[in-house]
Amino acid sequence: MSDDRNAGSKKRSALEIIKNYSGPDVRIMEVCGTHTHEIFRLGIRKILPPSVKLISGPGCPVCVTPVSFIDEALILALDHGCTICTFGDLVRVPGTSSSLQKARGAGAKVQVVYSPADAVEYAVKHQDEQVVFLSVGFETTTPSVCLAVQAAQRDNVENFSVLTANKTMPGAYEAMKDSTDLYLYPGHVHAIVGTGICEDLAARGVSGVCAGFTASELVTALAVAVTKFEKGEPFFVNCYPRVVRAQGQPAAVRLVDSMMEPCDSEWRGIGEIPMSGMKLRDEYSQYDARVKFSLPEVKGRSNPACRCGEVLQGKCLPSDCKVFGKVCTPEHPVGACMVSGEGACSAFYLYGG
Amino acid sequence: MEPVWYQARALVRHSICMEVEINTMTGSNTVTLAHGAGGKQTSELIDRVFKRHFQNPLFTADDAAVIGIEKGRIAMSTDGFIVSPAFFAGGNIGKLSICGTVNDLACMGAVPKYLTCGFVIEEGFPMDKLEEIAAAMEKTAAEAGVQIVAGDTKVAGKGQVDGVFINTTGVGIIPDGVKTSGALAEHGDAVIVTGDIGRHGCTILLERDDYGIEADVTSDCAPLSGAVQAALKAVPEIHVIRDATRGGVGTVLYEIAAQSGVGVNLDAGKIPVDPAVKGVCGLLGLEPLYLACEGRLVMVCPEEKAELLVETLRNCKYTEGTTVIGKITDVMPGRVTMTTEIGAQTLLPQPGNELLPRIC
Repeated sequence: MSDDRNAGSKKRSALEIIKNYSGPDVRIMEVCGTHTHEIFRLGIRKILPPSVKLISGPGCPVCVTPVSFIDEALILALDHGCTICTFGDLVRVPGTSSSLQKARGAGAKVQVVYSPADAVEYAVKHQDEQVVFLSVGFETTTPSVCLAVQAAQRDNVENFSVLTANKTMPGAYEAMKDSTDLYLYPGHVHAIVGTGICEDLAARGVSGVCAGFTASELVTALAVAVTKFEKGEPFFVNCYPRVVRAQGQPAAVRLVDSMMEPCDSEWRGIGEIPMSGMKLRDEYSQYDARVKFSLPEVKGRSNPACRCGEVLQGKCLPSDCKVFGKVCTPEHPVGACMVSGEGACSAFYLYGG
Repeated sequence: MEPVWYQARALVRHSICMEVEINTMTGSNTVTLAHGAGGKQTSELIDRVFKRHFQNPLFTADDAAVIGIEKGRIAMSTDGFIVSPAFFAGGNIGKLSICGTVNDLACMGAVPKYLTCGFVIEEGFPMDKLEEIAAAMEKTAAEAGVQIVAGDTKVAGKGQVDGVFINTTGVGIIPDGVKTSGALAEHGDAVIVTGDIGRHGCTILLERDDYGIEADVTSDCAPLSGAVQAALKAVPEIHVIRDATRGGVGTVLYEIAAQSGVGVNLDAGKIPVDPAVKGVCGLLGLEPLYLACEGRLVMVCPEEKAELLVETLRNCKYTEGTTVIGKITDVMPGRVTMTTEIGAQTLLPQPGNELLPRIC
């Protein structure tokens, strides 16, 4: 959302490059909810030539969180009487037959927090409640969850635990690589994990550029992407060097590695991607809500009319879905992509495609 | 019958009221239920706080204020103020309660003249804070050229209200020939905003401290009647004047588009937003166009008069930052569109969709 008036001439020339692109058809998948939001807000799709197609990939953590995760949260809230602390977006995401919003109406305790640390603070202040933080998000959010668990352990906060659905990007890149010709890599994720994975993918023929979030950063990254693509060789270019370093943030990566380990993970609309999730290591199992409350394995069922999965893979536009804009709106979302402002369906609805 | 300022009553059962009164007979630094009981303490409260700050010839001990009628039309408006916190960077609930009603009257082209104010005060509210609020009201009313002619005080039990709530009702005189309304915008008109947007909403958001964000933002809360009178004098053809309070400039523009049956096209690059406000919005995923202002007007006028109107307003207090942000069109009636920083056309998302903070 930040502007960049000082980048005027550079921005214009990058815009010209994209508008006048005459190379082969190219599909570019953005894998970051903030990119999706900014692309729609700026109307970038509307200035692209027909040969350049943008796909909103699985980059919004709320959108890829499976139905079963909401069902598990509902079991904790309703059957175990836990207080659920969550980022606001998740409250309205539909589970199999209910949502946290509906459960709250029925008396469940659901607290919206702005960081995992707030959930620990809440637990300290409410010793008579069992507080569960819904831990969703990618590499950018996971370190703050680890810090919260660390703080709970240090201060002996025994009524705090987390329900993890944390995800990592490399598995998604691998799973989605046939749905796109190149990736617009999420700048913030790579600020944490570095660019090694992008270089590796390029070596194996999967191209991409790492992009920032202002109008000129996004337009520049797209201009670089189409120019390189036209040359035909696999490539990776870091177009967000002011924030993304090759080595990332080693301290954050070390913290996460020391407390969490990879696991298979279900992505809403896509299915299970091997080793694309993160869960707490055994030594922290007392903070793992699944272990602490012996949650059964839950199989969720999403609304069959919802085509979020195909939207996330670029197989259809939000407007191709029968329920889009009619039954499914930001006020009454059927699928997760309509909930968060970073979801493709929501952005499509709000900014008019 | 009791005089205007003696209509104060406690909103609690009489027995409780008496008990508290006995406990607080000796001098008070906080407002007590006894202050609302209509007796000695009530007089003390009125003398100490309200009479001192609201004194004028029309403000009497009678049951109602008596005011001579001028010929022509009056505008009348009422508004309740429950802002939390009651004190914020750039003002307090007292200043807000005057600005809110004065600005509503000004939007109809009226010259604000008289205000009434009703207080609901929570038991235990600090007396010095109440005085600070009354002083802010006195100062703002004087600046806006309005007289507070009647008032009412109620004291509610602890927890029954949050600190202090204020209602103000105002009357203004509309000069002959002036006609503004949200229904009068026409294709080709210029859309003007009188300064950078979203500061009040952002200030309150930060004061509530839910986010742990610190930023140097001050509320834009200000009385705008002077600026409106100067604007109407220079450009009597102004079609629409609206104050962009709750819901912000975006909501006002959608209302104008609906009322007038026109489209509104904004130039994203021209919308003035303070860098700190922009930063906070960026962090929380909020749209500045939907953050409340308390000292900003949206005006719509014929395109050929826009330059004169902008120039006039830039020379007035509180509207120095006036600028043209877009135009009225006949495309997509009822909708607000944006020409974005890269020259693309998009919709401004409709108001009402809760803009949730981003999580990554």
